[in-house]
Amino acid sequence: MRRSLSFDLALALPGLAFALAFFLVPMTRLALVGASGEDGLAAYLTVLTNPRHAAVMGATVLLSALVTVATLAISTVVGLFLSRHVFPGRAVLLSALTLPLAFPGVVVGFLIILLGGRQGLFASVGMSLGAGRIVFAYSMTGLFLGYLYFSIPRVLLTVMAGIEKLDREVVEAARSLGAGPWQILRDVTLPALMPAFIASGAVAFATAMGAFGTAFTLATDIDVLPMLIYTEFTLQANFAAAAALSIVLGLVTFMVLAVARSVAGTTVAAAG
Amino acid sequence: MRRTAFVLQLGVTLLVAAFLMVPVAMSIAAGVTANYMRGIASGMTLKWVAEVWGLYAGTIGLSLQIALATLVVTLLIGVPAAWFLVRNPSRLSRVFEEIVTLPVAVPGLAIALALLLVYGGVRDFRASWTFILVGHVLYTLPFMMRAVMAVLQSIDARTLEEGAASLGASPWMRFLTVIVPNARPGIVAGALMVVTLSLGEFNLTWMLHTPMTKTLPVGLADSYASMRLEIASAYTLIFFVMIIPLLVAIQRIGATRPVRKGAPR
Repeated sequence: MRRSLSFDLALALPGLAFALAFFLVPMTRLALVGASGEDGLAAYLTVLTNPRHAAVMGATVLLSALVTVATLAISTVVGLFLSRHVFPGRAVLLSALTLPLAFPGVVVGFLIILLGGRQGLFASVGMSLGAGRIVFAYSMTGLFLGYLYFSIPRVLLTVMAGIEKLDREVVEAARSLGAGPWQILRDVTLPALMPAFIASGAVAFATAMGAFGTAFTLATDIDVLPMLIYTEFTLQANFAAAAALSIVLGLVTFMVLAVARSVAGTTVAAAG
Repeated sequence: MRRTAFVLQLGVTLLVAAFLMVPVAMSIAAGVTANYMRGIASGMTLKWVAEVWGLYAGTIGLSLQIALATLVVTLLIGVPAAWFLVRNPSRLSRVFEEIVTLPVAVPGLAIALALLLVYGGVRDFRASWTFILVGHVLYTLPFMMRAVMAVLQSIDARTLEEGAASLGASPWMRFLTVIVPNARPGIVAGALMVVTLSLGEFNLTWMLHTPMTKTLPVGLADSYASMRLEIASAYTLIFFVMIIPLLVAIQRIGATRPVRKGAPR
């Protein structure tokens, strides 16, 4: 039955044509426009040479890295706990922890405002305890919590899938050889989970780098890369700078995901 | 020692669950509270939901329309493409897969700018809801393809097809009567994901929308910025009513399926 070329073409062609017309051609154009400003090709280096752009880039990378580390730490503690203990209410807890899987960034931003905004939970609890109005939503702290909210369900699912694949016999062997719980965690469990950490960490990092909705909801003056691109494009009408910055951003997220994929051997996808 | 560790881990887990669920509960409560500042004691009401309906019903309809259209297009393009990739595991098809799944790895903002640069001047297209549809298809297509490919690979669809071929069925016949029915679990999983993601998509849509083509998340951002908290909450409540059943269905499917081995490539 081997090859029937026309059939294979018919299967693949619609997808290819769509990607070509609405992705490859537009992205190429974006890259060209990025180099069309006063600075020419040097526009691609403004994340290094322009002090404001460099500062925003640094803040975005730092924020995304912190979110990634915090999400991985939390998800590992929670994931190990939920995988190794059976207790009433466990299933409910697990669904609560993974339900926000596809909440949009704007909605997450609003949820953070309900917690830490001017009329938020912490503000009113703070007032009634005499600690003053505790407001943290409209800042980097709010953004950090928003991205944490966004990443936990996704990373938790990947980490728990990794734990399930973990070879119980190896853990048993380590135990019978006299290893303590901490030693098993350090020398057996965590190394075995490394592919899951790399895959889900990369998604968390790339998502935090490119996310726009949460920052947009919390405050338009938070200095992260997507907000900078947005203001350059809409308020300054500086298309070349916006194009160059988005190409740089796209390259960073693409490379992080590609490296993670080659190391962890899994197909990972960002979202949001 | 053991016990302390258990209590500590349980504490962390409960704290994280509270962090995720308390604001959701607050938002739902605020959407049906007469006056948020005076609390639930001020009475429960549906007047905010009604007000949201009056202001934003159009965005809800448009979002449903776009989500369904996105589903149709991703089915028509994605299922055949997934079968192509499983059927022909060659270097060239890997390149094809890379290209089609690339939009997931690039932030929506960048894709939206690129689309605006090339098609922003085509007025009829720019002003219509199909402009947003294109963005949503780009973003969700990889999810459909991966879900379908995962199933086709796990059931060894190529051997199935060879069986059908030996009985004399043509390639199209085999695709429609053997492959598609067998891919159904993947198609259902992919469809749920596509509709969920489309309904909530904001990063692309915010840049692509016009005042005449506002989707639900665009309206949400608008209400967060300019409406009182009760209206914003009631609107979010409507969004939750639409999206949470889908998310629960996705959870169910994930739970019943055996642990996915490795990942589809």
